[in-house]
Amino acid sequence: MEFYQVIWFVLWGTLWAVYFTLDGFDFGAAILQKFIAKSDDEKRMISRSVGPVWDGNEVWLLTAGGATFAAFPTAYALMFSYLYSALLLILFSLIFRGIALEFREKAESASWKRSWDNTVCISSFLLSLLFGVAFGNIFQGLPMDDKGYHGSLISLLNPYGLLTGVFFVLLFVEHGALYIAVKIDNPLSERAAKVAGKLWYALLTVAVIFLVFTAFATKLYANYLATPAFFVVPFAAVLALLGTKIFAARGSYLKAFFSSATTILSVTFTGVIGLYPNLIPSSLNPEYSLTIFNSSSSAYTLKIMTAVAFIFVPIVIAYQIWVYRVFRNKITAKDITEEESY
Amino acid sequence: MMDVVTLSRLQFAVTSAFHFIFVPLTLGLSILVAYMETRYVRTGDETYLGMTKFWGKLFLINFALGVVTGITMEFQFGMNWSEYSRYVGDIFGAPLAIEATVTFFLESTFIGLWVFGWNRVSKRTHALAMWLVAIATNLSALFILLANGWMQKPVGYVLRNNRAEMVDFTALLTNSYGWLKFTHTLTSGYVLASFFVMGVSAYHLLKKSSPDFFRRSFRMAAALGLASSIMLFVIGHFHAAEVAKVQPTKFAAMESVWETRKSVPYNMIVIPDTANERNVVEAIGVPKMLSFLAFHSGDAEVKGLKEFPVDERPPVMPVFLSFRVMIALGLLFILLSLVAVIKARRNRLETSPLFLRLMLYAIPLPYIATQIGWIVAEVGRQPWLVYGVLKTSSGVSGAVSASQVMASLAGFTVIYGLLAVIDIYLLTKYSKKGPAAIRVAENAGEGLGTPAGEV
Repeated sequence: MEFYQVIWFVLWGTLWAVYFTLDGFDFGAAILQKFIAKSDDEKRMISRSVGPVWDGNEVWLLTAGGATFAAFPTAYALMFSYLYSALLLILFSLIFRGIALEFREKAESASWKRSWDNTVCISSFLLSLLFGVAFGNIFQGLPMDDKGYHGSLISLLNPYGLLTGVFFVLLFVEHGALYIAVKIDNPLSERAAKVAGKLWYALLTVAVIFLVFTAFATKLYANYLATPAFFVVPFAAVLALLGTKIFAARGSYLKAFFSSATTILSVTFTGVIGLYPNLIPSSLNPEYSLTIFNSSSSAYTLKIMTAVAFIFVPIVIAYQIWVYRVFRNKITAKDITEEESY
Repeated sequence: MMDVVTLSRLQFAVTSAFHFIFVPLTLGLSILVAYMETRYVRTGDETYLGMTKFWGKLFLINFALGVVTGITMEFQFGMNWSEYSRYVGDIFGAPLAIEATVTFFLESTFIGLWVFGWNRVSKRTHALAMWLVAIATNLSALFILLANGWMQKPVGYVLRNNRAEMVDFTALLTNSYGWLKFTHTLTSGYVLASFFVMGVSAYHLLKKSSPDFFRRSFRMAAALGLASSIMLFVIGHFHAAEVAKVQPTKFAAMESVWETRKSVPYNMIVIPDTANERNVVEAIGVPKMLSFLAFHSGDAEVKGLKEFPVDERPPVMPVFLSFRVMIALGLLFILLSLVAVIKARRNRLETSPLFLRLMLYAIPLPYIATQIGWIVAEVGRQPWLVYGVLKTSSGVSGAVSASQVMASLAGFTVIYGLLAVIDIYLLTKYSKKGPAAIRVAENAGEGLGTPAGEV
């Protein structure tokens, strides 16, 4: 039983980490589009660079949600109802973002396109921020006991939650800027690289503040002090963040992009390892924390879900890598002057 | 002010009904588009390529809306029905998670390849991508409806540790109710898509734009429409018979049966009087027919609503009316698609403007049928959330206030209203444009172009 609970905790963390890494560059590219694209063609190049993959990226979120429901139903039920209003904002942003990405090119008028450009920028920004705020609050713990939840939408916007939100936004914008630098063959690419170069200092600053603030606002480091070997993960995050700058400065944008992907992965795992065995700690009394042991499904369900995950997740990864390879070329002006493919 | 349960139910009804405007079309249209593209790959006939792209575009508009409104559904279980989610998550969460892992990844990944991959993969691979999307879309429905089927006919679980725990996954996967619901929903999606394609084709045939193109589209859809509407009706019958067996209160409401009796006739005209727990009018009866339809034996006993406590009965009127209208529409679909097939085969479509106009105006009918079908299924299940196990009123979130749900319901209504307007605008725009407007990409499908630059 315990073995499967731990497996599902690792899978749960992995789904989130992969989700942030993949949708992270979609978010970043969409936020930047508004600021660095100078013409409609350049905007379309950015849309085109994420077009084939963003939908598949987003499913990692739905799978993370579904996995929480199946493996830790109590945590799913309580977290989703406690954070009702906050999740509603995320949901509306997801709806608007998906529609904006799909429908921008479906009509000619400039105002139609401008509305969707604004929508995709704002919703991507909000999603980056809100996911950060959500995880910042989970790291700190929620004010909950046997009588339920004692917080509100406003209480989620505490300093540490907001700091994590800003941290996420910067991580994703950096990631998106490097994605554009890699994927697009146009002066736009250099502009994005320049943004990535400058933004990196802000990201580094916020990352340092985050690491320090985490020691005060959360109990995440307890697991690390108990098992120092885990420090390798935050260490990897720092190293990867430095690597991002070094590679970008050399003009190796692909390496810089993978380095920033590693940063996001290891930042997420840093939080997840610190949480163990909690899914959502209670900030009032650890007794009421939702742990993988008191909120999981039965051993039988976990076993079945483990089998499903171990068969299908590798298949999913394989075909997603294949699709990324099919679209591995740089987007050029030719790609968007070509007729829309449907 | 309404209470949390009522508001949450209303919100679930609004969001799932809206989601289900888009889903059935994608179920059927994905198959048709994949088939059209296969014909193109096999024959090299450019008309099939044009058909793939024209109908594919309409498919994509719907697909996008189906996806974004589907996200709401997954979140909503935890947000509004947390007590339910906690109580049955051990068994109900599994099919949802499997749907995401096994099918949703597949459709979302390959739809990207399909849309943007015309010049990047071989023709065959491209057609295969659409088949993967179609199969995944259909399989998504399977997992969702196995989950729903479990709520209707709970199997393979025990009540333990203050919740329902799964003990038999195979029972969940082979739940007869889930499979009947799945095949019934699937065929209804095929009927809906067929009528959509026939209706839009009829519009263009009436206008005499691209006749060859739309004649072929019409013919293809008519064949699917006839086959699927007959299947739909047959499966519908077995589905209703299963309901009679496992959900007697729902069945009694569907037919407005109040007294428990044997050898019940089927009355063509029934007017229920729910206040007095009887029917005011029961006329034109076929002896023993209802017993026969429900239990395949003319002498069988049909349980009446009075057999059950008042607080365990569903509201009769909406269920009864929806069921009657659904059956009438089902028969009409068989009739219309039969005429459609005959006219298409004899090349008499363009000489029958009246029929074409009829088919154009018939586009909304399957939409109505699918929506009221869900009323039968879900209102008929009340007051149970999980039939016989958990009441709807016990499943709602304790931590959520009425004002919160009121606000979210208002938000959904506004946003979904906006989406509906956009959808109708885009669908009309592209439906009217016809294939000429879908500019076929140069060298489309000409095999693997060498990627312009390696990354």
